[in-house]
Amino acid sequence: MSEELPEAAAGEAAVTDTPATGEAKPAKRARKTAGTSGPDAPDQGAREAQGATKGKKAAAGAAPAAKPQSAAPVPAADWANPLRDPRDRRLPRIAGPSGLVIFGVTGDLSRKKLMPAVYDLANRGLLPPGFSLVGFARRDWEDQDFAQVVHEAVKEHARTPFREEVWQQLSEGMRFIPGDFDDDTAFKQLKDAVDELDASRGTSGNYAFYLSVPPKFFPKVVQQLKKHGLADAPEGAWRRAVIEKPFGHDLASACDLNAIVHEVFEPDQVFRIDHYLGKETVQNILALRFANQMYEPIWNRSYVDHVQITMAEDIGIGGRAGYYDGIGAARDVIQNHLLQLLALTAMEEPASFDAESLLTEKLKVLRAVRLPEDLGRHTVRGQYAGGWQGGAQVRGYLEEDGIDPASTTDTYAAIKLEIDNRRWAGVPFYLRTGKRLGRRVTEIAVVFQRAPHSPFDSTATEELGENAIVVRVQPDEGMTVRFGSKVPGTSMEIRDVSMDFAYGESFTESSPEAYERLILDVLLGDANLFPRHQEVEESWRILDPVEEYWATHGRPAQYASGSWGPEEADEMLARDGRSWRRP
Amino acid sequence: MRIDLTDTTASKINKALVQGRRAIGTPAVGMVLTMVIVTDEENAYDSMKAAEEASHEHPSRTLVVVKRHARTSRDRTRSHLDAEVRVGSEAGTGETVVLRMYGEVSDHADSVVLPLLLPDAPVVVWWPVDAPENPAKDPLGALAQRRITDMYAVEHPLQALEDRARSYAPGDTDLAWTRLTPWRSMLAAALDQARLEITSAVVESEPENPSAELLARWLEARLHVPVERVDTAGPVVTGVRLGTASGEIVIDRPEGPLATLTLPDQPPRTLALKVRPTSELIAEELRRLDADEMYAIALRGEATEETPAHV
Repeated sequence: MSEELPEAAAGEAAVTDTPATGEAKPAKRARKTAGTSGPDAPDQGAREAQGATKGKKAAAGAAPAAKPQSAAPVPAADWANPLRDPRDRRLPRIAGPSGLVIFGVTGDLSRKKLMPAVYDLANRGLLPPGFSLVGFARRDWEDQDFAQVVHEAVKEHARTPFREEVWQQLSEGMRFIPGDFDDDTAFKQLKDAVDELDASRGTSGNYAFYLSVPPKFFPKVVQQLKKHGLADAPEGAWRRAVIEKPFGHDLASACDLNAIVHEVFEPDQVFRIDHYLGKETVQNILALRFANQMYEPIWNRSYVDHVQITMAEDIGIGGRAGYYDGIGAARDVIQNHLLQLLALTAMEEPASFDAESLLTEKLKVLRAVRLPEDLGRHTVRGQYAGGWQGGAQVRGYLEEDGIDPASTTDTYAAIKLEIDNRRWAGVPFYLRTGKRLGRRVTEIAVVFQRAPHSPFDSTATEELGENAIVVRVQPDEGMTVRFGSKVPGTSMEIRDVSMDFAYGESFTESSPEAYERLILDVLLGDANLFPRHQEVEESWRILDPVEEYWATHGRPAQYASGSWGPEEADEMLARDGRSWRRP
Repeated sequence: MRIDLTDTTASKINKALVQGRRAIGTPAVGMVLTMVIVTDEENAYDSMKAAEEASHEHPSRTLVVVKRHARTSRDRTRSHLDAEVRVGSEAGTGETVVLRMYGEVSDHADSVVLPLLLPDAPVVVWWPVDAPENPAKDPLGALAQRRITDMYAVEHPLQALEDRARSYAPGDTDLAWTRLTPWRSMLAAALDQARLEITSAVVESEPENPSAELLARWLEARLHVPVERVDTAGPVVTGVRLGTASGEIVIDRPEGPLATLTLPDQPPRTLALKVRPTSELIAEELRRLDADEMYAIALRGEATEETPAHV
């Protein structure tokens, strides 16, 4: 034990004396290389074009950025890294040489989620040595200013402790491009920066473009990327686009958007972020269902009475009036998050755990989803009215800043869906979401039928409800099983108890945040956790008739802030002889 | 919550555990494994702390076996067992029982530990110091799926390494090997990038460093080239050089957590390679509880392509 001490001590000493010298130098060097390699860049592009005739795999070996002489000893196409072995499971999945370009890097999402996630990935040693981060925004910044902004964002929001040496590794690869999306010079600069990074950092031409900008800018940005040759991957390299919701506001607009993006990027190189799918518990749904024997036999219409999928928020719309009004809860949440959760809960077992098989199964179940015939009786929308929420008085939706007092935008939506297949026929799936509800919670509750016969007196089972398996997605990730149990005592009395499994990893720094997982998957090219455009379009097909019906029939019901939604929603379930769970 | 039991038995300890769990109001337990730490009083505190931190990632029941030696010969013959049961916030995310054994009972520690193991859950034994010569044959080691030793914490590390290689059984692992994971993953990533044939290799480290020796043997086994060992002033492993036809691939960490990676024809870049605290090493060990075949290959240093024969 005592032998171990010197190394730890040495490590600490070094941490304390590196910052002063370490931070200044790399920044300087970075600027210098940026300046000198700029003019060379066109040449380099030409060289890449010449090399394009080589075999695909061999070219991947000769990093396109590397100087010509290093291209000589390229091993055969079947080159395999001798240091990797499937038996060696300690070695983590490290992304290959690559860089990330973030558009709209000054936004909230970028500061609170993306930059900290990049740092956390680096801190866990999951990013390649030369990983580079390029910011693009309309700010008059130098690379150092950008590094400073990232530094602050990381210090404030990262989940892992701040370590100077990790920061140093990361900051050497940071670049900033100031400019508008219309600005051709800015994109030319971006192209130069990308080429320079290939040469100085060995990113090998692999870049992901993260569009953290409102969707109305998507066409502009992807067109600019195409125009300046940024979307075309050199042989053996990749270029990927990452986009965030909303993916359109109805089927037609979603198709348009997909067409725009796919015109520039191959469909399988477009990664749509649904951060729910990056959450550990959501991935655990698949483990729960398909790695166990005890759930699957009862996971069907013979045993399940109904399924409730809830995503409740306690906050209002805050400062998002401009985005939210006219969109509403159903488009904002049900179309993507809740239908994805439904697909994962209801789909059949995929042939294997790869993106293609998952897509097949998810699509199959989404295509089998059927809306109720009478939308008036089986869908409900609402708007929060003023009231008391969690001990604070809050305004109603129509009184929020920037909201038209006559707005019919829904802040609460509940719909009933059925799935027309052998497994689920006749089992309703109730989806609900809302703002300013009792508390923040997302859960999937699979509620089972009552026992067909009870040998006990009716007085003994008076308090007995239905069995349920509840997957809690957030905030306190885990799983609850509810079942009946005898109350200790001399009389026979049975009541419900809950058995709770808190997902062990969820409260430690070791569990990766959803964005970490998703960014790493983008860099690795692993599309398992990303909805494909077919799924997005299929989801709009489900939701569009509801929105059309709402647009022409009545107004949203009002519900008190801090409650669990409008009375109409309770009536909707009461009609079916059921009631909502209190999550 | 903390319950002290003097001159006790395993069944009384079990009762105390249930009582403690009731008292803090969490009758259901989500613990995934039992961790047995065999240590002396000197190292008990540090190892318990490391295990407690690791338990945040792997909720576990931790049994700390402390063998005590009485000063007087009269006390030495008297055999008795003291226990300290900790549940709730004092025990990370699981339960901790410190078992202090005096006299003859310390030779039969397995009889105390066996009834306290979580039903059906895997067992891990960790010897922070003084690991037995053959961990798998040790009475406590025989209860476990995973046996963690530390060649770093011995007088003659390289001698210990030979012992481990001789007595290896599936499920054995050593923290000297765990410490190498960041090095190994960076070397693999560097090679992913360079994609070159390796013709020679050098491992630089302080003298008698078991991790460096394991690293050298691993490289020998995987790359099929002789690996030169070079002594430096340390600390620990300071560098690895892989020779290729077009230049060297070098990871150099002269001191502290900051290393430099150099690939042929590319400018050098900085790399974070910190020395990890014991709790992180233990957490990594607990992530997988099946046999670590790559460790066996590195221990033996043979260029085996097939699954190694299990002892």
